[in-house]
Amino acid sequence: MLSKMRLPVLSLFLLLSSIAPAQAQNFKVQEAALDNGLKVLLLEDHKSAVVTFQVWYRVGSRNEIDGRSGLAHFLEHMMFKGTKKMKPEEYSRIIAQNGGNSNAFTTQDHTVYFATMSRDKIGVEIELEADRMTNAVLDDYESEKMVVMEERRLRTEDNPGAALDEVMGAIVYTVYPYRRPVIGWMSDILNLSGDDLRQFYKTYYAPNNAFIVVVGDFDAQQILAKIKQEFGKIARGAAAPKVTLEEPPQKGERRVALKKEAELPLLSMYYHVPNLQDSDGFALDLLSVILASGRSSRLYQDLVYNKRIATGVDADYDGVSIGPAIFSFTAQVMPDKQQAEVESAIDKVVAQVRSEPVSDRELEKAKNQVEAAFVFGQDSIFGQALRIGQFESVAQWQFINAYLPGIRAVTAADVLRVAKKYLDPDHRTVGTLVPTKETK
Amino acid sequence: MGVTVIPSSSEARLSPRRSILQNGLTVITSEQKALPMVTFNLLIDAGARFEPEAEAGLANITARLLTYGTKNRTALQISETLDYLGATLSTGCGEEAATVSMTLLKKDLDTGLQLLAEVLTASTFPAEELDRQKQSILASIRAREEQPGYIAHLKFIEVLFPKSSYGRPVEGTENSVKRVDRPGLLDFYQKYYRPNHAILTVVGDVSHDLMMQKLGRAFQPWEKGGASMGPPPLPAPGPAGVIKVNKDLTQANIIIGHEGVPRSHPDYYAIQVMNYILGGGGFSSRMMESIRNRRGLAYSVYSAFEPEKYTGSFQVSMQTKNESAGDAIRIAIEEIRKIREQGATEEELKAAKDYLIGSFPLRLDTNRKVATFLSQVEFFGLGLDYPERYPELIRGVSREDVLRVAKRYLHPEKLIVVVVADQTKAALKTPLDTGQGL
Repeated sequence: MLSKMRLPVLSLFLLLSSIAPAQAQNFKVQEAALDNGLKVLLLEDHKSAVVTFQVWYRVGSRNEIDGRSGLAHFLEHMMFKGTKKMKPEEYSRIIAQNGGNSNAFTTQDHTVYFATMSRDKIGVEIELEADRMTNAVLDDYESEKMVVMEERRLRTEDNPGAALDEVMGAIVYTVYPYRRPVIGWMSDILNLSGDDLRQFYKTYYAPNNAFIVVVGDFDAQQILAKIKQEFGKIARGAAAPKVTLEEPPQKGERRVALKKEAELPLLSMYYHVPNLQDSDGFALDLLSVILASGRSSRLYQDLVYNKRIATGVDADYDGVSIGPAIFSFTAQVMPDKQQAEVESAIDKVVAQVRSEPVSDRELEKAKNQVEAAFVFGQDSIFGQALRIGQFESVAQWQFINAYLPGIRAVTAADVLRVAKKYLDPDHRTVGTLVPTKETK
Repeated sequence: MGVTVIPSSSEARLSPRRSILQNGLTVITSEQKALPMVTFNLLIDAGARFEPEAEAGLANITARLLTYGTKNRTALQISETLDYLGATLSTGCGEEAATVSMTLLKKDLDTGLQLLAEVLTASTFPAEELDRQKQSILASIRAREEQPGYIAHLKFIEVLFPKSSYGRPVEGTENSVKRVDRPGLLDFYQKYYRPNHAILTVVGDVSHDLMMQKLGRAFQPWEKGGASMGPPPLPAPGPAGVIKVNKDLTQANIIIGHEGVPRSHPDYYAIQVMNYILGGGGFSSRMMESIRNRRGLAYSVYSAFEPEKYTGSFQVSMQTKNESAGDAIRIAIEEIRKIREQGATEEELKAAKDYLIGSFPLRLDTNRKVATFLSQVEFFGLGLDYPERYPELIRGVSREDVLRVAKRYLHPEKLIVVVVADQTKAALKTPLDTGQGL
């Protein structure tokens, strides 16, 4: 029952797949649709006798309203608490008894339920997912609410970096629903009701608002037949409401400081960028790699290795997003060094990449890193399914096959252009974690 | 539902092969042709247990500095080579062994092997890099103070394993790290980074025979040597008690535990089955049921018997708001007592076996998992037929066994309880309300 605020595109490359560098092999996903609107995406992979089955609901924290943040994630928890046929926790126990691993996660854009098991047991998971798509009871939620509050304490309240991310999220977006944390504000969680749960479930958990991804050792026709048998009888629901909010452009730097018990200062910088549906996405991806992927990258060499003012530095482009996206820098400041030094050093590196094209070798290196990661990602059927699902959720799954060609086509001029256009200090939000230490 | 799944052909799929190079390096391979990639996992008998206590952190720094300079390449050149290939080469260090892992595309196999051999035989530990690394480690020692779970872990091992390398953080302390010097590093490297004290696992698109040929050539300069070390000294475990650390937190981070068993222990499998029922089995476990599901006291709660090669620990770990710390601890200890007194039901036993046996293939569903798995199988001396034997080892555990090992290996009176929390809000009563007199 994880909840993730953001899924940086690059970290996904560690989980993805598709094309071996020497040969452009396309992702052979088979697509089908049931009459009730449920889309099914199937990818056979016979490397190992296991299958991963995932149900993606097109609902996340972006669909919530003020005062009711955390509802999508709370509903995710409650989906394990029984249906008309199943007792609380029975879903998890049945999967475990069948030698499977199961879990779920909620993001700003989608809620995903999945299980991985031996090929001959996957029918069990299919039946149970079909059952809880319509028959969840969503009762008796008070103790699970307490669990969610503990989760919030663990992930955010007592975690300086996450706490800073949360505050910055609320400032980088003034209107768009991404400004609310997926786990929800504590006061909102406290106020969530059974009616909220049931209404949200009815509105968003319908076959026409979901899709299925299956990757592994199965026969496509057989598994499709099973899916049709279990999910086919579920009635189509009303179309889910659309999110119509739009974030106005940011014209002027925003700054925020968070004081919290911590050891070392953190510095975070967020810039507004388009998601990967925009053709600038490929260049933004490579820009983040050139800037901070690997120890030969620009920011690592400058801040960590040469100047020794940061313990580590990241650059992320989270283009896998239905709404707008963020390009971010994050650095932890070395003991006895100043946050201002780190900020100034990052500014210099950014200024350089905005004024001069990157070298051919750097660009080639970055493309190699992305392509290799693609292959390594194919090592995991779960990772492949995740990637297919993410692309389908925010664009369409076919995008996977356009991804590497798009990366390969990026020129140094493209990288320069996107750096100039988007890494403008007037469009950024800067956050610092200021450590306080109480002596008790 | 509930037919025990026998993982068919785990071994056939892995087809592991084992050979020993001239220089004594044990090599295990598993040819996997599905993807044009190769992954390496090297375990070396060069863990923290071999370092002098006054220089705690030496073994860790040695491992870290492997990729920061060799006779032929600077740190930057090594990074540039790896990044250009999109390959990863990382190192790690534990109490017993150091690890080196590398993943690359098949087309880069020869370049990668050359680099791997170089770092293992010709690392130079430049003074400037040592200085940089020390600074980095001192920063990370400080940064970890932000992680209450890690603070709890350090306190727990300190108390459980007094006067032992198992009781120290692998990265050392501020003072001990400052004492590490270049001669010490070179000495450690010469003494412990030897092929005859190492296990290399290779998984990917390369045959065993070809791999042995390539390794024979690439690792030719890596000479056998070093003394064979017996097991480390293992002082008696520390006393039961409650250790409180005060921090400005909303949650109490709790570890409750005591001594465990080493991996080779004959009761290891019965203990794993018992632990699954007690707190290892996720949503199927008793601790999860009574602490999370019924009372909503924690998001994460589990118990584990963590085995090392020569020792082990038993730990219950959970986080709950400060005010519930006392209750959560009491309930966890109650569950420990209950399973000692009553054992497990037939239903619980079956569910545990079904999961452990049925999910076994999931441990082997990526090349990297296979590489780690095979290294550990060799390190712990389990035999390459371990995947085939596993179902029977688990199936053979009876209800009587579960009760017997619960009584024998769970010791409420020996429990060390570590609580990192806002102690004012936690307001723990001492002795704890557990009927233990703790």
